Formats: sequence, structure tokens, C-alpha cells
Amino acid sequence: MRVVIPDETKVRFRYPARAVGIAGAVAMIVSILLPWSYGSDALDDMTFYGAPSPLQLFFVILPVLALLLLAVPLVGKQRLGRWAKALAWNTSAKTASLAALGVVVVALAAIAIELGGLINVEPGGWVALVGAVLAVAATLFLPDSPEPTLDRLKSPRWLQITVIAVLMAVLLFTAAYALSLDDAGDFLVFAAFAVGIVLVLRQVGAFAWLGLAAANNNRVLVLSAFVVAFAFPFTQNGSDANMSIASQVLIFAATALGLNIVVGLVGLLDLGYIAFLGAGAFTAAVLSESAFATIDFHPPFIVTVLIAGTVASLLGLLIGAPTLRVSGDYLAIVTLAFGEIFRITMNNLDGSDGPNLTNGSSGIPGIPDLNLFGFDFGDPHVILGVDIGRFANYYWLMLVVIAMIIVVFMNLNYSRIGRGWVAIREDELAAEAMGVNTFALKLLAFAGGAFLAGVAGAVKAHHDVSVTPEQYVFLESAFLLAAVVLGGMGTVTGVLIGATILKLLPEKLRFFSDYRLLLFGLLMVFMMRFRPEGIIADERRQLEFHAEDEELATDVEEDLITHHAHFNPERKGFEL
Amino acid sequence: MSQVASAGHHVDTGTVLLEASHVTMRFGGLTAVNDVSLVVHPGEIFGLIGPNGAGKTTFFNCLTGLYKPTSGEVRFAGELLPPQPRLVVRAGMARTFQNIRLFHNMTALENVMVGMYTRTKTNAIDAVFRLPRHRREEVESTERARELLAFVGLTASADMLSRNLPYGDQRRLEIARALATEPKLLLLDEPTAGMNPQETRQAEDLIFRIRDLGLAVLVIEHDMRFIFNLCDRVCCLVRGEVLVQGSGDVVQNDPRVIEAYIGSPAEELPSTKPATPEPGTEDGEGPADA
Ligand SMILES: Nc1ncnc2c1ncn2[C@@H]1O[C@H](COP(=O)(O)OP(=O)(O)OP(=O)(O)O)[C@@H](O)[C@H]1O
Ligand SMILES: [Mg+2]
Repeated sequence: MRVVIPDETKVRFRYPARAVGIAGAVAMIVSILLPWSYGSDALDDMTFYGAPSPLQLFFVILPVLALLLLAVPLVGKQRLGRWAKALAWNTSAKTASLAALGVVVVALAAIAIELGGLINVEPGGWVALVGAVLAVAATLFLPDSPEPTLDRLKSPRWLQITVIAVLMAVLLFTAAYALSLDDAGDFLVFAAFAVGIVLVLRQVGAFAWLGLAAANNNRVLVLSAFVVAFAFPFTQNGSDANMSIASQVLIFAATALGLNIVVGLVGLLDLGYIAFLGAGAFTAAVLSESAFATIDFHPPFIVTVLIAGTVASLLGLLIGAPTLRVSGDYLAIVTLAFGEIFRITMNNLDGSDGPNLTNGSSGIPGIPDLNLFGFDFGDPHVILGVDIGRFANYYWLMLVVIAMIIVVFMNLNYSRIGRGWVAIREDELAAEAMGVNTFALKLLAFAGGAFLAGVAGAVKAHHDVSVTPEQYVFLESAFLLAAVVLGGMGTVTGVLIGATILKLLPEKLRFFSDYRLLLFGLLMVFMMRFRPEGIIADERRQLEFHAEDEELATDVEEDLITHHAHFNPERKGFEL
Repeated sequence: MSQVASAGHHVDTGTVLLEASHVTMRFGGLTAVNDVSLVVHPGEIFGLIGPNGAGKTTFFNCLTGLYKPTSGEVRFAGELLPPQPRLVVRAGMARTFQNIRLFHNMTALENVMVGMYTRTKTNAIDAVFRLPRHRREEVESTERARELLAFVGLTASADMLSRNLPYGDQRRLEIARALATEPKLLLLDEPTAGMNPQETRQAEDLIFRIRDLGLAVLVIEHDMRFIFNLCDRVCCLVRGEVLVQGSGDVVQNDPRVIEAYIGSPAEELPSTKPATPEPGTEDGEGPADA
């Protein structure tokens, strides 16, 4: 939303605007003490006086932030010390107000839809809405602040590490909380709130600071991220429903990370990637102990997983070798066709005409749980007094697989091979003319990505219990690609986020089941218009998307110099 | 290749580094290069001149494997030229482009390191497991790349994105990247295009220093003063054919050369003005070079 208000007007009205903004924020804060909804069925029961519901408590964080951002500067920035100058007070207040307005609108809409009409919105809701509108209108009249420079401030190491740790804890809590919201309305309100907070933090400059802190404490970050991810099952009290979603998210994310090598690092468009996941799953299925397995050879899973990866990467070589020499568009079409051919072939390998490998469309059901070194993944057990079920076992296994994939991804990226990939993306002909074996590098990415998908597929076969061709339709490939693009091509964090969003949203929005694809399409259009580089941007990718932006180029360069030091072999990549 | 410049220079006319014989390149009805033969000796600076559209860049593309000549053959160090650009690089021939083709979103250092691709061996396994070979090669290549940047005078720009470099520096970076492939013969396509006189003098000096490292240089230029200062021998192409070939003096004083330049429309005397289009506005490149 762009409202152009002349600068003189803004300067003239800055005091009244601030006053109105503060009033709006206070109104919103007070509103949570009033009921928002007439019936208790809507959202998480917002019918009480003086006893806010959890969602209302989350919501109030936004107006409180807006209030602070508006009121604190009145003390005088000089008195606040140097960090006060580094914040973008006014623009952040505007963002906070807008975010609050967004949450209120979603909440009121949810109440109206769930209870049948706006009539069910109680005074508290209206107070919040009016307050939010006032705050937004008022903050539009505030002069724009300069860009935040929080990242320029020196901060002690302990502070950086503490913030990272706290952030991870918050993430864990958020994930657990979001998963616990069964109602689509609740979920959307919470999602609106989460997006709002993220936008405010970005506007304040917190993310720039965080990026620096993360780069300085790479190991702490990675370690704490894994500790948190590892701890997640303990927040679920043995709830299989949520752990099943979580483990599916991880399988999806692992596959997306593999695709990210092909799409993000080398820039090849692969529209049939799901076939490699399928190849891994079918391989693991036919080699499993299932009564319906068609091959009488049941190696231990360690061996199966290697075979699955190899089969997938052989398929990758098979379609890569003839097509990778031609340009990108052909590759997209060939891979699209390959994905379909794979599915149809799996459907037809039912023995009626040729060998029976897959039992046709009924697939291979009854795949027993994984057994690794005598540990049966189907066995629930109790750790620290918390029930750990079957899906939690798979969740942890996938966590290990993802860790492996990340190591492969990062270490390849920051190596001679990764440089070759970037060169191919930038100017394939020049790369070839400088001696880079472009064909071999593309093939390596293709086969390597396929291998990783095959590994994920092998776990998926046991996780899902049955493997059928219809699990591997084109739509799944499209979703994988969307996860990579939405999250941020070439980044690990971005793709993990993208995969989580794309797998979690459909689970939580069953309410909208018929419109899910529509929503998804709108989301993608929105992203492509406003942030084509994805949620988390790889710097180089960002430059490719904004070729004309000289300022961005200078910024990225500064970034590269200050905290990336790309080819300092000690800094990047992970040791095993 | 050592960084220590050998004193003086010495063209080994007894041996042949590059031998192009009867190279012809046709595009449909157009013969861009017609029966061109030439020989470059080790340690020699060889100039290629000719009016716009004479086929100089096309000839380069034939030499470096970007085009496959319609007829004729190219031998490098006695071996028939391999048919792929990257194999040509491995054989020991590296080039720059008339319209700079750096990897714009990589830093200067990274650009040079890409040039080392053929001379390094780290494979996927080394990289994934961070095996000693990866570490050693990473350290060595970084160091070597910095040396090369220093050699072309870009020490301070190592961590700048190549797109942010000034035009003259981009040309020098392209030379550093080509040198990183450890060539025996360096092919430069209009290395001073778009440079001011001072930068041109620096480029001249740089090419001499490259020659002093023991490399042969084949250079396309429109700036006659530059060419005749620099080159041991010069070949003038006109409409795809060799007009005259020989030592600088011979070519410089050949009336046909002057005529070829004056005869081409809208050109001034070659010795006063380089007939190079301004950077960014140049056209007439082949598709592989565009
Ligand atoms: N791939 C191609 N297809 C068709 N025609 C081409 C192709 N490449 C070059 N040509 C033509 O061949 C001729 C020679 O072009 P070339 O670029 O080699 O000239 P040049 O001597 O390098 O000129 P300049 O001094 O302007 O760089 C031109 O007429 C050009 O249009
Ligand atoms: Mg040319």
C-alpha cells in the first residue's frame, strides 16, 4: 500500500499524528480487555471481560510495539543513547500499526464467518478495529525515518548468542503453538500475527543485525537450530497427529533441499523432481519386508537406502545426459514429461504386460516400520516422561537426513564445484570458455539432487506404510519447486521455511480445502511481484533478480566483505 | 608460470605454438573468415587488425572452439585443436571477450578462481567431506588468485563484485581470469576498447609483462599505435581474408592496409582514432559472443 503524502504535510502534522497514533494504539491495547466475539465458538473464545484469550494476548504485542515506537522518541533521542538513532522509529510504528490492522481484520472476518455475520462482533472487536485504523492513518502522516542501521552497532558476543538462543526457543514455541491450533480461523489469526511481527522486526532493522550475529556465530546458530528441532517432539505430548505432520514436513523439506541444488545452485528448471522421490520410495518398497514386495531380496535399510539413492541418481543421469546439453526450456519440458512417464510406468508395471514390480495402481501396501541396528521405528517409548511415538522416530531420522543434506549442499556450494555452478548460472558460455566442464557439473547436480531425493524417498516409503503411483503426481513437483522459489533459491534456511509453509498451510487450512490451490496461486503471484528472490534471499540470486539495482549491488558487496568471506576455507561449510 | 619476469624477450621462431591453416568460416552465404593461415611462436606478441566486420572475432571463436571452422584446421603445440572450448583451455589457450563477459555477480577473486577450474582437481567427494585436497586447493587457489589480481593491478578490488568495477578494471580482470587457466597462448579481443589513453598505456605494459612470463599473446586491436608498439608481427584481415602479414614495419607501411581502413565507411585514419565502438553500444557480434 503506497499512500503518497507530501513531506511538508507530514512535518506539519507530526505532533497531532503522533498523538492520534498513540491513542489508536492505546485503544487496541484496551480492546483486549473487552470481548471481541459474541459466541465462544469463534476463534479461541474471545467473549470475556478483562480476561484476554491467548490470541488476543499475542495480538496485543503489536499495538504495544506501536505504542513504544511512537511514545519513546518523545523522551528525546539524545537521551536514549546511540542505539536510538539506529532504529527506524516512525516507519516501524507504521508497520506495527498495519500489522495490527491486518490481525484485527483477519480476526473479525474469522468471527463473522464462523458465527455467521458481523453481528457477532462485540464492542472489543470494533474498538480494536477503530484503534488500528486510527493508528495506521496517523502513522502515515509521520515523516519517514532513515533506513535502520542496527547492524552497524557493535554488540558483544554474549548478546548475539543469547539472542540467537532466545530466538530459537521462540521458534520452537511458535511451531508447537501453530501446530496445536486446529481451527483454521485460529491458525490464520496467528499466522497474520507471526507475519506481522516478522515485518516489524525487519523494519526495525533487527533482521539485519540478526544476519550479522548469525554469520558471526554460524556454529552456535546451526547447533541451536538442531537442538530446537530435536526438542520439538517433546512439546507434543505424544500427539501423533502433529508429529505426523511434522515428519511429513521434514520429508518434504529434505526433498526440496535436494531440488534446491538443481534449481537454486545451478539454475536448472526441473519440473519432474518428485519422480526421484518416487523412485527412492518404490525401490525401498519393493526391497522391503512387505508381503506385497515384488523382489525377493530384503537387505538391511542402510543398504536399501543406498540402492534407492543410486536408482534415483541413475534415472537422473538417464534423463540428464541427453537433455542437459540443450538449453533450459527444453530441460523443463523434458523433466515435466519424465515425471509423468515415471508415474505412468509405475502404474503399468503391474505384471499384465511385462514384469510385476509395483502392483500397478494399488502400489505396495503394508511396508513394515524401519529397523535400524535393531531399533524398530514403530515402537513408541517414553523419554523424560514424554511419550515418543512412531512419527517422532521418523521425525528424528529425517532430521539426521536433513542435516546430511545440508552438509552436502553447503560444502558443495562453497567449493570449486559451487563456483562452477555460479559461473554456469551467470554466463554458461563464458564458463565453458574458461574451462569449466559445464555439462559434467550440471549432470553432477542433477544426479546428486536425485540421489538425495531417493534417500528421502526410501524413508518416506516406510513412513507412509504404503507406496502408490498416485502419490507422485505433477502437482507435488510443482509444490516442491514452489517451496524452493518461495523460500529463496539457493538458501538452506529459506527452503526449509518455504517447505514448512507449503506443507503446513494445507494441513491447517483444510477448512478451505476447495480453495487451497487458489490461495497457493495467489501467494505465489504475490511473491513473484513483490519479492521474487524469496523469503530469505541468497545475495547473488537477489542481484540476479534486480540486475539494475546498483545500491543493492554495493550493499551485497559490503556484506560479502564484512561477514561472508566466501572462500575462506575455514569459515564456510561444515565438518563432518 | 612464474611471477618472476625474465629479462628481455625472446621469440622462439624455431617452434610453432599455434598454427592455423586455411581456416574458413561460413555463416550461410556469408564467408566471415576465408582461408586464413597464420603461425604464432612461443613468446611472441601477434597482432590481428582489420576494419569492423573483417572477421577477427569470428577467427578467435574458431581458434577457441566456440565455432567449428567450416574448413581448415588449427593445431596447438602440434596437436589438432580439440573441438570444445573447455578442452582448448586445458590445452593451454585462453581468451578474453570483446564485450566483457565476466561473471558479474561474483567477486573479482571468485572470477579468477573460476578460471582455475581446469587446473584444480577437487571433486564432489573431496568437497562434501572437506578432505585435505579440497582444503589445500582452496588455500592455494585463493593465494594464486590474489597473486594474479596483484599482477594485473587489482589487489584492492579482490572482494568487489565484478559488476561494480570500473570498465578498465573489468578488462584487466578478464585478463587475470584468462591467466588463471595457465595458458601458453593468450587471446585478447580488443583489450583497450573503451579505455582512456592512460589505461591503454597500462594495458600495453601489462601485455609486455605477460609476454615476459613466457606466454605468447594474440591480440585484436583497432588502436594502431598500440598494435605497432606491441607486436612482433601483425596480420591484417579484410573481409575475412588475409590482406598482408608480417613484421610491424611491413604491415604499417603497406598502402593496402591504409586503403582498407580509409575505404571502410565512416572511419578516420586508423593511426589517429581507434575504430572501436563505445562500450555498451557495440553490436555486430556473433551470437556466441553477444
Ligand atoms: N554467428 C554468426 N552468424 C552470422 N554472421 C556472423 C556470425 N558471427 C559473425 N558474423 C558476421 O561475420 C562478420 C565478421 O564479424 P566479426 O565479429 O568476426 O568481425 P570483427 O572483425 O571482430 O569486427 P569488429 O572489429 O567490429 O569486432 C560480420 O559480418 C558478422 O556480422
Ligand atoms: Mg570483433
